[in-house]
Order: sequence, then structure tokens, then C-alpha cells
Amino acid sequence: MKNTIRVHQFHGGIHPPENKKQSTGAPISLAPLPSRIILPLQQHIGLPADPIVKVGDRVLKGQRVAEAIGRISANIHASISGTVVDIGPHPVPHVSGMDADCLVIESDGQDEWIEHQGLPDYTQLAKPELIEYIRQAGVAGMGGAGFPTDVKLHLGDDHIVNTLIINAAECEPYITADDMLMRERADEILGGIEIIAHLLKPLHIMVGIEDNKPQAIRALHDALDKSHLNLDIVITPTKYPSGGEKQLIKLLTGVEVPSGKIPADVGIVCQNVGTTTAVYRAVILGEPLISRIMTVTGESANHKQNYEVRIGTPIADLLNHSGVDRAQMQRLIIGGPMMGITVTNEQIPVIKTTNCLIAASIHEMPPQPPAQACIRCGMCEQVCPAELLPQQLYWFAKGKEFDKARHHNLFDCIECGACSYVCPSNIPLVQYYRFAKAEIRKEDDEQRKADHARLRFEARLARLERDKIEKEERRKQRAIEAAAAQAAKKDAAFNKAASPATNNPTDAGVPDLKQLKSNAAIARTKLRKAEKALANAQDKGLDGIETLQATLKQLQLKSELAEKAYTEAQQAPAKSAAAPETDLKQLKSNAAIARTKLKKAEKQLAAAEAGGEGDIDALKAQVVALQAKSADAEKAYQAADSGTVSPVAIDTSALEAEIATLQGKVDKAENAWKAAVESGSPAAEKMAAGVEKLKEKLTGLQAELTQARSAVQPAATVDTSALDTEIATLQGKVDKAENAWKAAVESGSPAAEKMAAGVEKLKEKLTGLQAELTQARSAVQPAATVDTSALDAEITTLQGKVDKAENAWKAAVESGSPAADKMAAGVEKLKEKLKGLQAELTQAKGHLETNAEGKAEEAPAIDLKALKQQVSIMRTKLKKAEKQLAELPEGEDNASLMAEIEALRARHDAAKASFDAAEADKIAAAASEGIDLKQLKIDAALARAAVTKAERALSKAEQESKQSLETELLSIRAKADKLNATLERFSD
Amino acid sequence: MSAVLVAVLVLLGLGLVFGILLGYSSIRFKVEGNPLVDQVDALLPQTQCGQCGHPGCRPYAEAIVNGEAINKCPPGGQSTVEALADLLDVEALPLDAEDAEEPIKKVAYIREDECIGCTKCIQACPVDAILGAAKQMHTVIVSECTGCDLCVEPCPVDCIDMLPLEPSLNNWQWPAPKPGIELIATDRQPGIALEVKG
Amino acid sequence: MSLIRITSPHAHRPGNTGSVMLTVLMATLPGLAAMTFFFGWGTLIQVLWGSLLAIALEAACVKLRQRPVSFYLTDYSALVTAVLIGLALPPFAPWWVMTVGIIVAIIIAKQLYGGMGSNPFNPAMVAYALLLVSFPIQMTSWAGPFVMNGDGWAVVSLGDTLSAIFGTAGAAVDAHTMATPLDIMRHRGGFTTEEMWVKDALLANGIGAWHAVSAAYFMGGVFLLYKKIFTWHTPVAMLASLTLLATLSFLLMPDQYPDPFFHLTTGATMLGAFFIATDPVTSATSNKGKLWFGAGIGLLVFVIRTWGNYPDAVAFAILLMNLCAPFIDQYTQPRSYGHAKPNRGMK
Repeated sequence: MKNTIRVHQFHGGIHPPENKKQSTGAPISLAPLPSRIILPLQQHIGLPADPIVKVGDRVLKGQRVAEAIGRISANIHASISGTVVDIGPHPVPHVSGMDADCLVIESDGQDEWIEHQGLPDYTQLAKPELIEYIRQAGVAGMGGAGFPTDVKLHLGDDHIVNTLIINAAECEPYITADDMLMRERADEILGGIEIIAHLLKPLHIMVGIEDNKPQAIRALHDALDKSHLNLDIVITPTKYPSGGEKQLIKLLTGVEVPSGKIPADVGIVCQNVGTTTAVYRAVILGEPLISRIMTVTGESANHKQNYEVRIGTPIADLLNHSGVDRAQMQRLIIGGPMMGITVTNEQIPVIKTTNCLIAASIHEMPPQPPAQACIRCGMCEQVCPAELLPQQLYWFAKGKEFDKARHHNLFDCIECGACSYVCPSNIPLVQYYRFAKAEIRKEDDEQRKADHARLRFEARLARLERDKIEKEERRKQRAIEAAAAQAAKKDAAFNKAASPATNNPTDAGVPDLKQLKSNAAIARTKLRKAEKALANAQDKGLDGIETLQATLKQLQLKSELAEKAYTEAQQAPAKSAAAPETDLKQLKSNAAIARTKLKKAEKQLAAAEAGGEGDIDALKAQVVALQAKSADAEKAYQAADSGTVSPVAIDTSALEAEIATLQGKVDKAENAWKAAVESGSPAAEKMAAGVEKLKEKLTGLQAELTQARSAVQPAATVDTSALDTEIATLQGKVDKAENAWKAAVESGSPAAEKMAAGVEKLKEKLTGLQAELTQARSAVQPAATVDTSALDAEITTLQGKVDKAENAWKAAVESGSPAADKMAAGVEKLKEKLKGLQAELTQAKGHLETNAEGKAEEAPAIDLKALKQQVSIMRTKLKKAEKQLAELPEGEDNASLMAEIEALRARHDAAKASFDAAEADKIAAAASEGIDLKQLKIDAALARAAVTKAERALSKAEQESKQSLETELLSIRAKADKLNATLERFSD
Repeated sequence: MSAVLVAVLVLLGLGLVFGILLGYSSIRFKVEGNPLVDQVDALLPQTQCGQCGHPGCRPYAEAIVNGEAINKCPPGGQSTVEALADLLDVEALPLDAEDAEEPIKKVAYIREDECIGCTKCIQACPVDAILGAAKQMHTVIVSECTGCDLCVEPCPVDCIDMLPLEPSLNNWQWPAPKPGIELIATDRQPGIALEVKG
Repeated sequence: MSLIRITSPHAHRPGNTGSVMLTVLMATLPGLAAMTFFFGWGTLIQVLWGSLLAIALEAACVKLRQRPVSFYLTDYSALVTAVLIGLALPPFAPWWVMTVGIIVAIIIAKQLYGGMGSNPFNPAMVAYALLLVSFPIQMTSWAGPFVMNGDGWAVVSLGDTLSAIFGTAGAAVDAHTMATPLDIMRHRGGFTTEEMWVKDALLANGIGAWHAVSAAYFMGGVFLLYKKIFTWHTPVAMLASLTLLATLSFLLMPDQYPDPFFHLTTGATMLGAFFIATDPVTSATSNKGKLWFGAGIGLLVFVIRTWGNYPDAVAFAILLMNLCAPFIDQYTQPRSYGHAKPNRGMK
């Protein structure tokens, strides 16, 4: 047969062994009905289809089971009748071997068609409708890529299509599906071409076919004689990859598709022969794409031939049907040997693009020998059909010089594999290119993301700036208004200030304020949204910007009004609340001062330790004292705070928690002691004593608990401010004295020791006063409630201090420091204090319990805030200490730090426990009124977080400290469990 | 005498020619402004994570232009260091991070049943990729998240995880081929080869 | 049998780098035979001695680099290098000349750069150039072709050759050494080329041996072309540019410049054109690049032969062009499918 058209040439190409004869011996036969089919939702390029059936639905053969989403997508139809049994991830034909969403249909064996019929005369239909008809049938390119056919058929709308090329080259070795299709169903192919030609109206139709398919050529000619179609069957020399779209276009027309463009841009549309039959069947017979012709071949297959296979058939069925020797099969390839993918799972289904299945033996496709060095022989360049420099690309990909690879037109590579085929060094070139392409795409993607992130970041900064300016303006506005309001309401304010603090000033203001606040917030949010929408619209040049702008203005107005209302409302109560707060403020600043001092001292200590100076012990003692002071001040403040605001409800659970902590400590101490005994440490005896003491404490606490449970007592109000002031003055004195002492120490003055004694005395006085204050407070609280939690915390602090002091003392003893004696005395003192406090606590609790029992219901706990604050302060301290620990290497310091952490943690726990307890109370009180459990949930979450944090710390800690941390973790976990249990209890 | 004169004249002539050349090119190839900061900024990953010690990527870009080390960007990884070295024509230092490997792309996820709605993470997010309101559950807009992990620390209940992006068919990619030498373990270890053959 | 997952393509053309190198070795056989026939046993002994050394050194280097030895030896690239050096050396050069050459070629020019495929310069030519510069006397003491001595085959016996190469007594051979035609042309003093053809015995009678050897190399080259080991571009470009220049100069001043045929058939022109310039590792990549690369070699050969200090120039010319190959590559990228014009430069 002679070509009437000049065949052009493309560069390169190879002639691998064809291996096509094996599978052309037998005619196409129907593959057996599969017992179940697996339909991947993505068998085509574009978006995956969306399932429109449910598990359990019965579907008929040809029924649409998943519909196309978006323009580039394809419908999927059931290829058997049966029941949908699963929609979910299954292995699919993909190189990665990963799963993707599939529809699984179990056959009912009846193979029952859904009602269908073709179009009697498709030329009567408008083109868009006809294309829609083809789209409904789910036709996608069957050559390999699976591009939805309807999209290609629409190309006539915005391109001038001169030439329609039917790709019948089938250049890959082994594959004969198109060959056999042409031999047996040439009329269907021509029918399909007719439909496509009707839609695209090309000037010229060409069928490109390789000269190794003489029978197919003859069959096409025979069919053409009977048809009125005007087309050229162009025979091309056999050469791989002449079936590549771009290569075939070059062969038949001499035109090159510009890089980055599609053939339609040069007036050409390509369709595979398989696709033409699918179009024919869809239009003339009304059958959707539910089956295709595919080759099953390879040395280990017994019957090498072509089958008509239903889409979704697992390849295991086909392998069984063609008698594949599994023992011999070493490589299973879907597609051809040049571009096909290997699969390892036989349950992978046949999809619309599956044209061949090669069950290769090891002799047929021996494993690739290891790659040798590239000798730049240039053979790859000679065969590259895209006229690239494959070995240069290889060097660039290998060296990750992706810019250069791109510059060398990496993205024009069609991954045909010709270069790998000829490479004498057996380098997996194609994989290098795929890797490089993927990396470049990823980099591009990241660059895009980075640019986007930059935009968002800048937008955020701008927003924050704007907010700041607005806030500033509002503040100014407020100041002016406040001044005016002050003048107007002077008398009223005066009256209010004169009235006793017991009046709850916020009562009237609160609901109003909240409402206003939320109003303002809502308005703001709306405004922001509108702004965003506007920006978006402006970006994209959408319509309706003016409307949006108008809305925005309106919203701005509203927002401003709301905020103004809110601010105004806020000022009124703030002022009225000012009077009772004075006392509190004083206390607060006291606490702050104490804290700052403490920090400074700590810093000094650290510096001293680092510098190895002599006065470390003294400094340490100082720090301890300061810590105590700070804690006291805080306590005082909190106590006052809670006292002025409201009564307190107390629960014995605080005590319980304390006991639990103590027990933990006892256990730990015992462990430590045992370890010490085992290692024969001299400290063992001391430790034993310590353990004893702890145990005693525990017993005492337990007794306390019992007592607390039974006793409740009323109390009266007293103004503690006098005491407070006294304390503050004293603190000032202490500070001054301390400073003087420090100066003395630094200058090496002999008066230093005396001074230290003076400071001690002052401090004692201070502590005494503070204790008095607490006592007074506990005795005279307005709502007859004692803030035992403060006491609790104080006790815990003290305990921590005691522990720390003991540790310090021990260290001092070990190092033979002369300060040891002093320290011992200090420890003793501290212990006494502790005992005193504990006694106090017992007393206070006694008062309280009586009171609480009587009034608990009408006076729910409101000192939660203070408690919470306390907890968070503790937490911060704990965290800091932990961090310090983590930063420190092994050694002695580690131990002391650990001890510190223990103490802090104990404090934290205690605070937490009291907080939790208070909250639990609140919830218990509120439970009857049906208040929500959110707060409780939050607590539980916090506890859980504590557990995870502790776990993390544990994993970080060194081996030695592991044990103690584990105990710690256990106790925290117990707490978390308890909280969770509480949560559950209240949740029902 | 004339030889000396010729030499001097030649040198003078050369000086003149090159002077004109230099003068011309300084006008012809004049660089407007200092685009270097922009170029450096474009190379940085824009996570705004602050791990370099600067409040955002642009400040770091400015610092780099002013001579700061280029290896302080862990999210960018070694590739960013190399790109910067390429741009600035300096030596590519090894990445200054705990594990100087190529960073795994991570995205923040909020365990939503544990979120207490504190909005702390929202305030921390440099690119506004967290959605939520006070007392309401928050969630991360995955496509906007840069993986800077600035939201992890502020969370009081530790409910934010940095999870690597799950591999899927869409983001799967071919790995780099192993160098041939590693494929032939049998050549190096005859014992194993014997076992395989046996 | 368990299934494997592997990247496409799944088919591969038979053959590997080793078989490519073996084909090259086969193509050197005619040249080797001609050399032995006309210049005695020396060349054969040099080739064998060099091969032995090269294999041993390559094995040692690979071992030191902790790479599998047999895998790297079976690419036969060391053997090709040794054979090329053996063919290029004067047949009676002492054994240590060859030894130094192989050490330079295998260790310095090849393995230190990372082994086969990573060397920027052709190892054989690096060795040759170094030897030429370092040992000018040994490297220019060529034996005269046997026809000059009139006694046929047994001019220098195998034993004498061996003792000349491995022993200290070079006396038996000394009598037979003489300059190469290129030497004679180079150092002809005030005589014109025509006068030299008449005056010099070697040129008058012995030039045929050189022609024959060149013809043998040419045959080997054609064989490699037929086997598609390399493309025609490099040798053709090199020979064409050399011929063109020689013709031009000869036509202009026939008494000062030798004729083009003399240039093509003496010295290492043919060996260089077909066996050394075509070394893919060190030459330009694209077809267009190879044309430039070859033409550059031809030009340099002519320039150095005519005005340079050395009589032959193939080694220097190729090394200089090796240096230019990466540069040439940047500017001779082919036009890829779908692109209007080729990319140029780095970026």
C-alpha cells in the first residue's frame, strides 16, 4: 500500500524487539464475567468522579455510578450488574502502589443491562448536546493518558481545527490491542471518526499507522471503501515512539507542537483509535464506556491474546483466565515495556486507559544491572525524540541543579524511555527526569506558597498597624469623653465612693456591658469580613465592588457606634469600682515589688553561682527569704482580693489533694532513702529522718482533713488594710536592710553578719505580721468565709522552702561549708513556721467548714480567678525551673534544681488542687441550675496537657532523674484521671 | 627617547580607552535602588517563623544583605542556603539547625475536641491561617499554613500538633534513583551473594 | 516469585559500557598490527606492559576508594587508556616511561577526578603530554621503520627489544632510532619542504610506513563509526579543518609548508581523530558541539605543528579542546522539539 502523503521524520527513536506476534494469533475474545469489579473514581486526567450510589445499592450494567465534577472529569459506569459493597481506598494502577478511592461492586451473575439506546441520527442533535451525550457516556482517551474526550471535542469552539489525526501507530512493543481492534472492528472505528469529524469539522483527516500492522491497514482500507469518509491512511515506518502524540503529528504533518502548547494550538486534534470506537458505541449504541480491548501477554502467560475486558476487572481474573504461571511471573506490567508501570498487587483493576498487561518472566525482562558511570557517550542524545541532551539532564538531575535542567528543556521530555533503553551504563535516566520534574514542580509550588504567605503576612501586619491606630484613636476619644463624664458625674462618683465597698458595683453593669461588648465584636468581625471580601473582589476584579464598598462603610459606622457604646458603658462601672479597689491595688503592687525583688535576687544568685563567688549560700538564703516574701505578698493580695469581692467556698478536696501530693513525696523520699541505703551513702540516716517527718506531716494532714470535714464556723468582717500597710512598711524596711547588708558584704565590711541577723529579725517580724493578717482575715471575713486556700498554698510554699533549705543545707554539709550551721537553724525555723501555719490552717478550716456548710448554696465560689492566677503563676515558675533543669548538664546542681522543681510542682499541684476543688464546687453548685460543663472540660484539657508536658519532660530527662519524674508523672496522671472522672460524672 | 615616548603614549591611550569604557558601562548598566533585599526575600520560605532570630522573613533578608550568616533558616533547609549562596556569591554554609537535614514539610493541626477556644494561636499565627473565635473551637486552614510552628508554644492545652503532610496520589513523587554503587551490595559482601545464590 | 516494582522502561538494549570499550579495543587492533609490523615488537610490548600496569593500578585505586573492584574493572576503560598510551609511545621507550605514564593517566588524570566519566581530560593524552614534556629524549627516540634497514622482519629481535625496554642496554636499539617525519619537517633548518623530500632518507623512502599505520587507524575508526560507538562529527570536523588549513598554507607557500596529505598521514593525526578526540567523556556533547570541538582540534594541531615548539600537536590540541568542551556545550545545545530556537549559555 502506498502513501499518498509525504511522511516526515522525527529525531531519534529506537527499534526495540516488537514482541507483538505472540498476541495477534487469536481473535479478540470476551473475558469472563468478573465476580466483582473495582472502579477507581479517578481513571482519567482531571478531578476524580463523585460517587452517586451508596453501599448496598443495586446497580445495573451501564448504570452511572459516579459523576464527573467540573469541566475536566469523566463519568464512571458499572460494567456489571450487582450490589455496591464498598466505597473506599483500594489499590489502583499507579506507580506509587498507593490506594485511592474506588467503588466496589459485587456481581449478581445476571449481567443485566440498564435500559439504553443510541441516537437514531446524531446529526440532528446540536453539537453541544451531542458532546454532552458523549460526556455522559464517560468516554476518556484510551491511548494512555485518559484525557476526557468531550473536552477535546469542544476544542472546535475556540480553535480552528484543520487536521484530525487518528493515532493508530501503537508503537510500544508487546501491545496489540489497537492492532486487533482495527483488524476486527474497522467499521466501528470509521463510524467513530465520522462522529468526531462531524463535531470538529476538520479539513483533513489522517490515520497514522505503523507499517508493522499490514492486516490492520488492509482492514481499514476495506472499511474505508464502504464508507463515504474522506481520510488518508498514512503508513509510517516502525519506530518507537512514533505513537507519541507530538511525534505522530511531526510524522504526518511536519509541524511541531510548540513547547507548552497543545496540538489544537496548531490546528490539530489527535484521537486514539480505541477512543473512536468508544465514541461510536456511546453515540450509535448508547453504551457507556464499560469495556475495552486489552492485550494480555508476556512469557509467563499461557494464552497470549487480546480480550474485551470490563472496566474494573481485577487483573488477577485476567491472569487466571490466560493461565499465567505465577511461579514464572517476575514482573507484572500494566502498559507497555517502555512506559508501563509495574504493579505488585493482583487486585488492581483494569481501568479505561489499561491497554496491556505483561506477565514477564525473569528471562524476558532480566533485572536491570547496577548503573555504571555515565561516559557521556551521547547515545541517548541520538535517540531522544524530543531532541534534548539526556546526559546533560542526567547530570543536572543528579546534582540537583534543577534550574539548569529546566533551562535544558527538561519539561519537553516525554519520558518515552528511549534514552534509558540505549544507555550502555544502564542508568535509570527516566527516573532521574521524573525525580527532577517532581522536584521542580514542588519548588515552584513552594515558591508560590511562599509568595502567598508573604502577601498574607504583609496584610496581617497592615491590619495590626491599622488596629493599633484605631485603638489609639479610640483611647483618645475615650479620654475626652471620660473627662466630660467626670465633670458631669462628679457628685455621683463622690457618693458612690463614699458608700461601702460591700456593694457589688458591677452587678448592674455586667449584663449590659457584655451585651455591648459582643455587639462591638460582631460589628468588628463583620467589618473585617467585608473588608476582606472587598480586597478579594478588588484583587480579582470582580463586579459589585461598589456595593461592597457601600456595605463596608455602613459596617464601619455600625462598628464604631457599637464600640463607642461599649467603651462608654465600660467606663461607668470602672469608675464606681475604683473605690473598693484601692486596697487591692496596694496589695497588688506590693506583690509585684516582691516578685521583682525575688527575680533580681535569683539573677544575682545565678550570677554568683556561675562566677563561683563565696557568698552563694548567703545569697541563696536571701533568695529563699524573698521567695517567701513574694509568695506571702501574693497570698495577701489574693486573699484580700477574694475577700473583698465575695465569700469563698472550700472543699476538703484541697486537703485531699495535698495529702495525695504528700504521699507521693513520702514515696519518693522513701525511694531515695532506699537508694541511699543501698549505695551506702552517709546521707541515708538523715534521709530516714526526713521520711519520718514527712510521714508525720502526712498523718497530721489526714487528721486535719477529718477535722475539717466535721467543723464549720462563722466569722465576722474586719478591715485588714491597716495590717496590710504595716506589712508593706515592714517590707520596705526589710528591703532597705537587705540592701545595706548586701552592700556591706560586697565591701567586705565586718558589720555584714550583724546586719544579716537584723534582716532575719525583720523578716521574722514580717512573717509574723503576715500570719497575723491571715489570721485576722480568716477570723473576720465578711461573708464569714476563710480563705484557707491561701493558707494551703502558703503551707505548700513553706514546705517547698523547707525542702529546698534542707537540700541546700545538705549540700553545704557535704561541701563542708561553714554556713551549714546557720542553714540548719534556718531549716528549723522554717519548719516551725510550717507547723504554725498548719495549725492555723486547721483552725481556719474549722471556722470555715461550719460556715460553708450553711451558706455554700447561696454563695457559690467566685474566687476562682485568684486561684487560677495563682495556678498559672505556679505553672510559669515550674516551667522555668524545668527549663533550667533541661538546660543544665548532669551534676550536683541538677539535684538541687530537681528539688526546687519538686517544690514548685508541689506548690503548683496544691494551687491547682485548690483551684480545681473550688471549681468543682462551683460546678456542683451550678449543676442543679444546668450550667454548662465547658469550664470543667477546660480543666480536664489542662490536666491532660500537664500530663503530656510531664511525659515530654520525662523523656527529655536523664536516666537518674527519671525515677522521680516518673512518680511525678503518675501523680499528675492521677490528677488528670480524677478530673476526667469528675467531668464524666457531671457530663451525665 | 622616542621608544620611551611611544610607551608612555600607548599607556596613556590604553588608560583613556578603558576609562571611557568604564564610564560608559557605569551609565549604561546603572543599578536602580537596592533590589537585593527583595531578591533575598524572594528566596526565603516566608514561614515568618522567627527561627533565624528576626521577626519575619523580610527582616532576615535585610540582615543577610547587611552581612548576617545565610544559614539560619531551618524551614528553608539546605536548598535555601544554597540558593542564597548562589545569589550572594558567598560560600554555602551548612544549615544552622539541630538536625541539618532537609526539613519535612509540616502543617499544624488542632485537636479540635481539646481546643478551649483561647485564641492564643490565632494571635500567634503570622499568616492568619487559623480560624476561630473566643470560646469557639479553632481550626487550621491547611492550605494557608506555612508550618512555622509558632502556634504550638502559646497553646495552653497543647492541642496543636505539627504533622507532616500525608502522602497521597496527588503529591506522590518519584524518589531520586539510588546511585548504582549501592545497588550492588553483593559485590561488596560475597557472603551474602553466596546465600542468595544458594 | 515475588513481583518487583521498578521504573520504566522495562526493556533494555543488550550491551553495556564494557562492551563499548571492548569494541574500541578491537578497533585498535589494525593499528597495533601495523605498528608491530613496521616498527618491531616494541609497540606490542609497550601495550601489554601498560595494560598490566593499568589494570593493577585501577584495581588498587578502586579498592582504596572502597568500591567493588570487579564491577569497575569490567568497564575496561583502564585497558583502553593503556592501549592508547602504548600506541602513542615510541616503541623502544624504557619501561619506566610507560610506568610513569600509566600512573599519571590512571591515578592523576582519572581516579583523582572521580573515576571513569568524571575526568575532564583524556587520561591517555594527559599522560602523553606529561611524558613528552618531562622526558623529551626518550619520547622522541623513535625506531625507524624496518624498511629503512633493509633486513626485513628481524631488524630488532624480540630479545633485543625486551632488553632495550626493560634493561639498561639500549645500544642494540640506538642504532635504529631516528626522528619521525614530523621531527624532520620541524627541524629542517633553512631547507624548503621540497628539498627535504629529496634530501632526507626517511622522507624519501620510509614515509610509507607512517602512511600505512595511519591507514590502519583510519580503518579502525571506520569500524567504530559503523558500530555507532561515536558519531562522525568529531573526526570529520577535525580532519576537515586540518586539511583545509594545510591546503590553504600549502597552496600559498608550497616550499614552506608540507602538503595536507602529509599532515593527515603522519604523527598521531588519525589515532587522535578516531580514538582520542572521540572520547565521549572529555569531548563536547551535542552534534553541533562536536563539530566545533573537532574543528578546534584540527586548528590547534595545525598551529602547533607549524609554529609551535613541538613537532606533533595532537595531544596538546586535544587537551586544550577538552578544556573548552564544557564551554562549547553551553553554546551548542540542540534545538529541542517544539522550540523555535536552541537555548544558549547558562541561563
